[in-house]
Amino acid sequence: MSALLESTPLIESFITRATAVSAEVERVATRAEAIERLIALLRKEGIADEPQSYAVCARCACITVADRAHLAAEVPGLRFDVTRELASEAKVGISQLEWALANTGTLVQAADAPDTRLVSMLPPLHIALISTQALLPDLPSVLTKVDPRRTGYLAFITGPSRTADIERVLTIGVHGPGRLIILMVDELPLAGQEVAR
Amino acid sequence: MSETKTNFKQSILDALSNPTLGGALGNFSVAYRAGRAKAYEGIDFEALRTNIATIKGDAAGRFDELAEQFAVAAEAKGAKVFRTSDPQAVKDYILKLALDRGVKTIVKSKSMATEEIHLNKHLEKAGIAVQETDLGEWILQLDGQTPSHMVMPAIHMTKEEVTTVFNTKVEDGQKPDIPKLVKFARGKMRPFFLKAEMGISGANIAVAETGSIVLVTNEGNARLVTSLPKIHVAVVGYEKLIEHFADIAPILTALPKSATAQLLTSYVSIISGPTPNTDGTPKELHIILMDNRRNDMAKDPRFKEALQCIRCASCLNVCPVFRLVGGHVFGKIYTGGIGTILTAWFNALKESDEIQSLCIQCGSCNEVCPGKIDIAGLILELRRRLAVEQGLPVMQKAIFSVVNNRRLFHSMMRAASIGQKPFAKDGFIRHLPMFLSGMTENRSLPAIADVPFRDQIKKIEQPKCAEKAAFYGGCLVDFAYPEMGVAVVKVLNKAGIEVIFPEGQTCCGAPARYSGAYEVAAQNGSDNIKALLAEDVKYVVCACPTCTVGLKQDFAAHLEAVGRTDELPAAKELAAKTWDFSTLAAKLIADGRLKFKRGLEPVQFTYHDSCHLKRTLHADQTPRNLMKEAGNELVEMDEHDMCCGMGGSYTIKLPEISAPILKRKLQNVEKTGAPLVLTDCPGCTMQIGGGLDKAGSKVQVRHTAQQLADSLE
Repeated sequence: MSALLESTPLIESFITRATAVSAEVERVATRAEAIERLIALLRKEGIADEPQSYAVCARCACITVADRAHLAAEVPGLRFDVTRELASEAKVGISQLEWALANTGTLVQAADAPDTRLVSMLPPLHIALISTQALLPDLPSVLTKVDPRRTGYLAFITGPSRTADIERVLTIGVHGPGRLIILMVDELPLAGQEVAR
Repeated sequence: MSETKTNFKQSILDALSNPTLGGALGNFSVAYRAGRAKAYEGIDFEALRTNIATIKGDAAGRFDELAEQFAVAAEAKGAKVFRTSDPQAVKDYILKLALDRGVKTIVKSKSMATEEIHLNKHLEKAGIAVQETDLGEWILQLDGQTPSHMVMPAIHMTKEEVTTVFNTKVEDGQKPDIPKLVKFARGKMRPFFLKAEMGISGANIAVAETGSIVLVTNEGNARLVTSLPKIHVAVVGYEKLIEHFADIAPILTALPKSATAQLLTSYVSIISGPTPNTDGTPKELHIILMDNRRNDMAKDPRFKEALQCIRCASCLNVCPVFRLVGGHVFGKIYTGGIGTILTAWFNALKESDEIQSLCIQCGSCNEVCPGKIDIAGLILELRRRLAVEQGLPVMQKAIFSVVNNRRLFHSMMRAASIGQKPFAKDGFIRHLPMFLSGMTENRSLPAIADVPFRDQIKKIEQPKCAEKAAFYGGCLVDFAYPEMGVAVVKVLNKAGIEVIFPEGQTCCGAPARYSGAYEVAAQNGSDNIKALLAEDVKYVVCACPTCTVGLKQDFAAHLEAVGRTDELPAAKELAAKTWDFSTLAAKLIADGRLKFKRGLEPVQFTYHDSCHLKRTLHADQTPRNLMKEAGNELVEMDEHDMCCGMGGSYTIKLPEISAPILKRKLQNVEKTGAPLVLTDCPGCTMQIGGGLDKAGSKVQVRHTAQQLADSLE
């Protein structure tokens, strides 16, 4: 295991806030470690090449063509050809998100491509990859980064899906995922940038 | 007319006798207050809401211009924008679109605008299946009910009731286990999301410069509704328009905190034009901008500010009346304080006739509104307009003609003091005969004083001082609690101020004001201004916060409202020298003119905030500090700034509601264990003191002036 970047107030705040809304946050130093951690998580969830046991992975800048082959070989049932049918029969969805907001524990994604939304909406578990460098302080700071003329669907995710509609009792996992695991990767380039191949 | 009145009263009684509703809302109101405070920790709420009020207030003046700008931007991105003032045109547009595209199933995320126009019914009549996907809305849809709360639509139902709905309307065999019920709903709803050809949403914000809409949810249904079906229709009220993209931030910062005490909801989607469908085809995005009287509202100088609402429902959550009766008594889609105002505009003024009377005018809603709307003031304005349009009830007119005739009123009060003799004992009336018995059912009434303050003051030996103050008594001090007036004189005399009681003073006009009778209130103000300015005094002091607000603010407002602007300078002159008792006492102490006695036994006390002293005069800390400086120990009660249920004539008009509000106040008082409640308001003294007496409590109620008079050298 490589050493992690030293923690900062932004990192601390993000982890505190995200955990407070029932997200599970893990940190890893390198991209390679992230891939290995992903494999371990998928195995633990019992991903298999049959309906109701798939995992679906949206296009992520940090997962190269070579990674895909490696991942697919290690985890049968992990699919990269995301369709709504596959996503609705998957146990786990994986995506990389562009930014994270420290003061609310929020993930933010330019989600014009529908596969990025399918994997984070339909399966009961969403694994979100973010770069530690993509942490922003708050909502106003991300709005200055986004150009709505180019981004048609900007998606904010703060913890798993929840409701309090019956007797005000907080219940996790209504229409969206009931679990959200956030993998913060130090070495990961920002989502907009391609990984050197 | 009389039948609807009966129905309204009956709906209140039904709500009050529903333990589920009272329990759920009562518990929620406590949790909400604490949660909201925590969510706003470290945030300057005043600055935030001033910013929101500016953004939305500016937009409200330019709806047509912003709608045009929005349409151009959204259409440039490929959306279709339909603008209309007519709710029927909205329904026709969506139905035609659905029929043209062969839509059989529609999934909907929560949208108040579509409920406002009863869209579902229109589509269902044409044979289209419309599925509400917000869990609470779905439960209500299955059971044929309407929402009782803007944010938590099914808060009035228990898990057992939800289970019965699921068992009878969806699939038998469900158990009242909330996580299992939620999982069941997820499973049942999923196929609808996957097969629906059209998704309908509302929008929380619409940005003109970019043609973007913002959707806020916790369940994730809005993401599915806007992503899975190939057609997305968003129905957006004009009041959701703002000009700039960056201005999303303040609204989105406040909305979840004020609505559900969350820092941010689980999901927020900002949609700027159509994005591809899941099969790669281009999505069809229709945005309907609906006026439905928003522009009319924006043109009304008083009601324009109601368009600053961001639909958080915090005005419902802090309302002492709403937490007792819930949303169904409002009879329409929009409920609570802001709902009363919206109903008056989106439906008709006369439809707000009964529901506006629910407002006790405590102003709690104004304090928390993130749009900085004077909700209580606007409800009062509805009351005024209704009084102008429909006239006052005969009985009320008769009362005002008495109150307005100073001599007649005062001589009647004296007669009443003699007439009450058979009923009064130790200063309280505990039972009244026949039709008046309701007034003493839940609390004793103060006996009318044998000698009103106006006569008592003549007998007080005062030092001759150069500095003089005029005392404005108000009805309660003058006729029920002259001892409060005596205490004020005692305190001011100690500071070297002589107190005079101008005989020409009359009712402050609050009863007329809160009944919407502004002509009467203006005349009251005018008489008082003349009487109080006739004397050469440095201060005008008053021991009733409601009267003080009259002297300081409302006299001028009433005169202006009825066009008597030539009297405004005099009203302002009076306002400038008017003081509430505690604030004046604190100043005299700070100036070294009053000194506390040393060596007094410290007293434990709790303090009840009167609505006007806290929320209009903002002097709530002053009496607390005075009493602490005097060496006493403050034990704060829960909900110390929650209304006591008096509300002037409210306690007579809606005793069913006033009584449970008082009951809760008394419980909070007793819980502190303090033997003494202090307050600055004779009205609150009457309500709380009467309630404690009726309950046989040992706790005493006093005005701050009485306690202070005993604590000074």
